[in-house]
Amino acid sequence: MLLAGGQGSRLYALTQTVAKPAVPFGAKYRIIDFPLSNCINSGIDTVGVLTQYQPLVLNEYIGNGQPWDLDRIHGGVHVLPPYEKASGASWYSGTANAIYQNINFIERYDPEYVVVLSGDHIYKMDYNKMLAFHKSKDAAATIAVLDVPKEEASRFGIMITDAEDNIIDFEEKPKNPRSTLASMGIYIFTWSKLKAYLIANENDKEASKDFGKNIIPDMREAGEKLVAWRFDGYWKDVGTIDSLWEANMDLINPNIPIDLYDPAWKIYSRNPVMPPQYIGKSASVQNSMITEGCYIDGSVEFSMISDGVTVEEGAEILDSILMPGCVVKKGAKVEYAIVGENSVIGEGAQIGARPENIVDKDTWGVAVVGHNINISAGAVVAPKTIVSEDM
Amino acid sequence: MGNVLGLVFANMHDMTVGDLTKNRTMGSILFGGRYRLIDFPLSNMVNSGITNVGVITKSNYQSLLDHLGSGREWDLARKKGGLFILPPFGHVGSRLYRGRIEALYGAMSFIKNALADYVVLSDCDIVTNMDFKPIVAKHVETGADITVVAHTGVFRRDEINESTVLSTDADGRVRSVLIQPDIGGTCTASLNIFVMSKKFLIDMVQDAMARGNVSFETDVLQAKCGQINIMAYEYEGYFSKICSIASYLKANQDLLDPANAKELFKPKRAIYTKVRDNAPAKYDLDSKVTNSLIADGCIIEGEVENSILFRGVKVAKGAKVKNCILMQGTVVGATSDINYLITDKNVKINDNHILNGAPSYPMYVGKGASV
Repeated sequence: MLLAGGQGSRLYALTQTVAKPAVPFGAKYRIIDFPLSNCINSGIDTVGVLTQYQPLVLNEYIGNGQPWDLDRIHGGVHVLPPYEKASGASWYSGTANAIYQNINFIERYDPEYVVVLSGDHIYKMDYNKMLAFHKSKDAAATIAVLDVPKEEASRFGIMITDAEDNIIDFEEKPKNPRSTLASMGIYIFTWSKLKAYLIANENDKEASKDFGKNIIPDMREAGEKLVAWRFDGYWKDVGTIDSLWEANMDLINPNIPIDLYDPAWKIYSRNPVMPPQYIGKSASVQNSMITEGCYIDGSVEFSMISDGVTVEEGAEILDSILMPGCVVKKGAKVEYAIVGENSVIGEGAQIGARPENIVDKDTWGVAVVGHNINISAGAVVAPKTIVSEDM
Repeated sequence: MGNVLGLVFANMHDMTVGDLTKNRTMGSILFGGRYRLIDFPLSNMVNSGITNVGVITKSNYQSLLDHLGSGREWDLARKKGGLFILPPFGHVGSRLYRGRIEALYGAMSFIKNALADYVVLSDCDIVTNMDFKPIVAKHVETGADITVVAHTGVFRRDEINESTVLSTDADGRVRSVLIQPDIGGTCTASLNIFVMSKKFLIDMVQDAMARGNVSFETDVLQAKCGQINIMAYEYEGYFSKICSIASYLKANQDLLDPANAKELFKPKRAIYTKVRDNAPAKYDLDSKVTNSLIADGCIIEGEVENSILFRGVKVAKGAKVKNCILMQGTVVGATSDINYLITDKNVKINDNHILNGAPSYPMYVGKGASV
């Protein structure tokens, strides 16, 4: 069960019209490609995608699930928006409530275990290994955890475990963390147990219907066996502008262990029907990832260029992310910026700036131009600015 | 155009590019960084509303079957119509076909069963983005028995050597036919795309078979030119003809001119192909790439100029690639220097090698070779 309903409000202009899991990522992917590909690569062929906020792009993108090999006779991928029932209609009021409202969907497949995933994480994980651990521990719930540096631990939900990996306590974003095991928002539940707690939680009018706030604490209080499974690969939450930008840049950093070129663990995506990228006579491309349908005649360095992007002669792209279909005209400069889908940067415009050129470092940050925005010739978008209207 | 059947000949002209078709059909020759030649006629048919398509093949068709699958990538996995692959039909007395007539005869039950009034036939040697709708409309309007899509222009001798040349009157009616004449210059050459009514096609094939005729060009177009109504349809759009290794290199390199690429890859009439889910192309810190077409899955650490790189090609540090076509999975070792080279799939050029071909005679390295 893939939770893809969040608004992703901390991505601002990038999620005004699309849900966070449908935000383009890594030149040819959308964020949701990572958990969906992990599912099929782990042999999970029945996936429910819970959507609520701006589902149009996400629904169209997932379609019948064929790009992920999830168009199946039995199972496959199902998009699950909230729906009206005999007792009335209600939105998903929390992560646990979203699963609760789809108990009927889950029961149709009579599963022994349910994997609950987030639609906004970038990582490659074999859920089978986690499931094997869950089974070997005979646990009611297993939470995937990442050992993070001590100074970062206060940004996460932290799990405190005993020597046997049993979760004995947890704390949400603690000031003085007692452990460095951060929850990755990836859960495996024994379905019969989870179902009981979902129903109990739903009957509690005061509860906030959330996995982290209700279900896991309820299970612990009742003495259920909760275990932490340690993951040691690359994992990144891309919920903010900065983390989205960083995660993109990680893909071109040779020291970051996420390999998109491994034929045994491909990340699948809905491919655009476009010719190969053309790198022109005046182009210069270094340390970047570029995909199909691009026309590059300017300079591109340390950047991620999505499908169908045009970078005209003399334009300079540095440390930036250009989302599908955007156009950067002659002489424009895009530095430390994210440019949304189908936006046009006019001739000579300047988007963002290099941190070394900024005196007051507090005013520096990644600049963002939303989707379908026109930036006129010569316009300047300062660093850290978020543009959601033409200028 | 619900009433038109498409027929694609995957093996015709195999002999003209011998090295490339050693292990594959003409239709499955790799082209333009991520395509195979059959993608062009198939996409043209789908984009013209022809959704009932038979692919006639004779030999070496394993790669073709792998590429086409159920036809889903061309939107041809259909309940009504869709894609049919027609290998030689094994029955007593059957044999590999020798010409287009025998090939059609082998597919006769498919053709007869198709719910269609007209048939568009296309080979795989012409790379183009062609709308068949006005051609079929013109065929109906003129009441021709056969419409031959042709282009009048200046052709090289090697192109004409592999072409059917038409001479027409002012109305476009074909008055005489020359087959593979040894000439060059301005002429009207067939693009090996034909339109006929289904009924005419069936009668023509049965009549020719009864007389022991196997060649459509010699025994029908040429021999019956005065008796039946053959019209030429003048095609003005962009195309290139693959009829030799040199023309194959040129047709690929022509796509490095964005004006040509624009004519071939139109967003509203896209060219479809099999999806391979490669990661985006990655350019390293020291990469230097100019005037090249690069497919997804490539990892480039060296220099690339005037070249076409297919999916998953690796160019190591210090390597120089100029005027080359490197097919899927080619690896160019560190500090190797290659020029006018065509490498087939999964070729490995080891470190520190210098290999040079010439524009008129590019060097070809066969599938899987390690140099």
